[in-house]
Amino acid sequence: MTQDEQDKLQAEQLAYAKVLHWSTIAGFITLVVSFAAYMAGILPGFVPLNQLPHLWGLSNDAFIKATHIPTGWGWFLNMGKGDFASQLGIAILSGCSIACILVIMPAYARAKNRIYLAICALEILVLLASAAGVFSR
Amino acid sequence: MSTFRYIASLGGLALLLWAIPAAAADHAAAAHTAHAVAWWVWPVVLFVVCFFLGIIAVPAGVGGGVLFVPIVGSFFPFHLDFVRGAGLLVAMSSALAAGPSLLKNGMANLRLAMPLATIASISSIGGAMLGLALPANVVQISLGLTILFIAGLMIAAKKSEFPHVARPDSWSQTLGIRGMFHDAISGQNMPWQVHRTPAGLVLFLIIGFLGGLFGVGAGWANVPALNLLMGVPLKVAAGTSSMILSMASSSATWYYLDNGAILPIIAVPSVVGMMIGARIGAHLLTVLKASMIRRMVIAILLFASIRTLLKGFGIWI
Repeated sequence: MTQDEQDKLQAEQLAYAKVLHWSTIAGFITLVVSFAAYMAGILPGFVPLNQLPHLWGLSNDAFIKATHIPTGWGWFLNMGKGDFASQLGIAILSGCSIACILVIMPAYARAKNRIYLAICALEILVLLASAAGVFSR
Repeated sequence: MSTFRYIASLGGLALLLWAIPAAAADHAAAAHTAHAVAWWVWPVVLFVVCFFLGIIAVPAGVGGGVLFVPIVGSFFPFHLDFVRGAGLLVAMSSALAAGPSLLKNGMANLRLAMPLATIASISSIGGAMLGLALPANVVQISLGLTILFIAGLMIAAKKSEFPHVARPDSWSQTLGIRGMFHDAISGQNMPWQVHRTPAGLVLFLIIGFLGGLFGVGAGWANVPALNLLMGVPLKVAAGTSSMILSMASSSATWYYLDNGAILPIIAVPSVVGMMIGARIGAHLLTVLKASMIRRMVIAILLFASIRTLLKGFGIWI
């Protein structure tokens, strides 16, 4: 491995690491703060907290039927509810990889590395499709 | 003396894992009788158990997800759908948190991770779809058998610090998968290359599927696949496994989130407890005997797999 190759590899790893570091911190802070507000009752839950022990033993389908909670991105429109506000942190953490990959793609484009550009594009497509609910029931 | 200490430690941990949820069950039952369900008891117990799981996961060299799903799925009152959703989040969060330092010190390699993670991301969605579609007892029995297999793999699998790769295969050459890392022990820069890339891609297709299906993460399979099959040095395999896990778990997590299968009241205490425990576990690496912890984790996995199987067959609900 030449020094030039090593330097390029290091640069793309560092760019990925930097975005990963900050996006993960943002996700964790959002997760913990929103959950604390939910637990403290500052943000009431869509499903009342004292009802959950009767419901969390149900299957996913039965839980949705019993509670009428919105699926897909419905949670995003109900951010005033503590349980959905907590999902924002989960969504940020789940989206970290998308942001990181987007950051390294221009370097692959400049280097005309079509193979890795295609792999990155495919991974982004898969993650975005999953996030958009393309595969959802 | 060491055998005695081992048995005593194992007994203590087993007692803890059994006693905390059992005490919580008693409390919850009492509260239920009084028509005032103590909703906060289980999240607090979950946090405490995940804290201890986090402590032992690091020295044992396994991800938190592989311990979390069978134990919480077996001993807590939550449906397995929500446990698997939380398990994926636990696995993903741990991998995300470790990622930056692994990338900076060269212990994780993006060129190696990207193709494998892309394959695993696609199949993990398939696993997640199947997991939420199958009856709970079928998933429970399959999970029990998989955990039994993982425990067997942990007992049998050998590791190779620096596997010998005589010649890289054409796929890895085309993809430019090779690297160099600084070995702090020898003080040398160690170049590495890989072989059997097509077989590795097929294996990661299966690993991703299982990770999405059971929500157990896939560190238990990633490291042997990278190290023993593809010839990646052990430290780079462990670091790159984390990167693959962070990407592959993301796609399945989105699926669970879209379908309302992640309950914050289960997921958040688990993630926070596991993360704090893992930090302490990392510090204890120098004082704990890793081999003893590893044997303890194998024993816990065997116990949890039997419990999961019995629950799946309806023998011990």
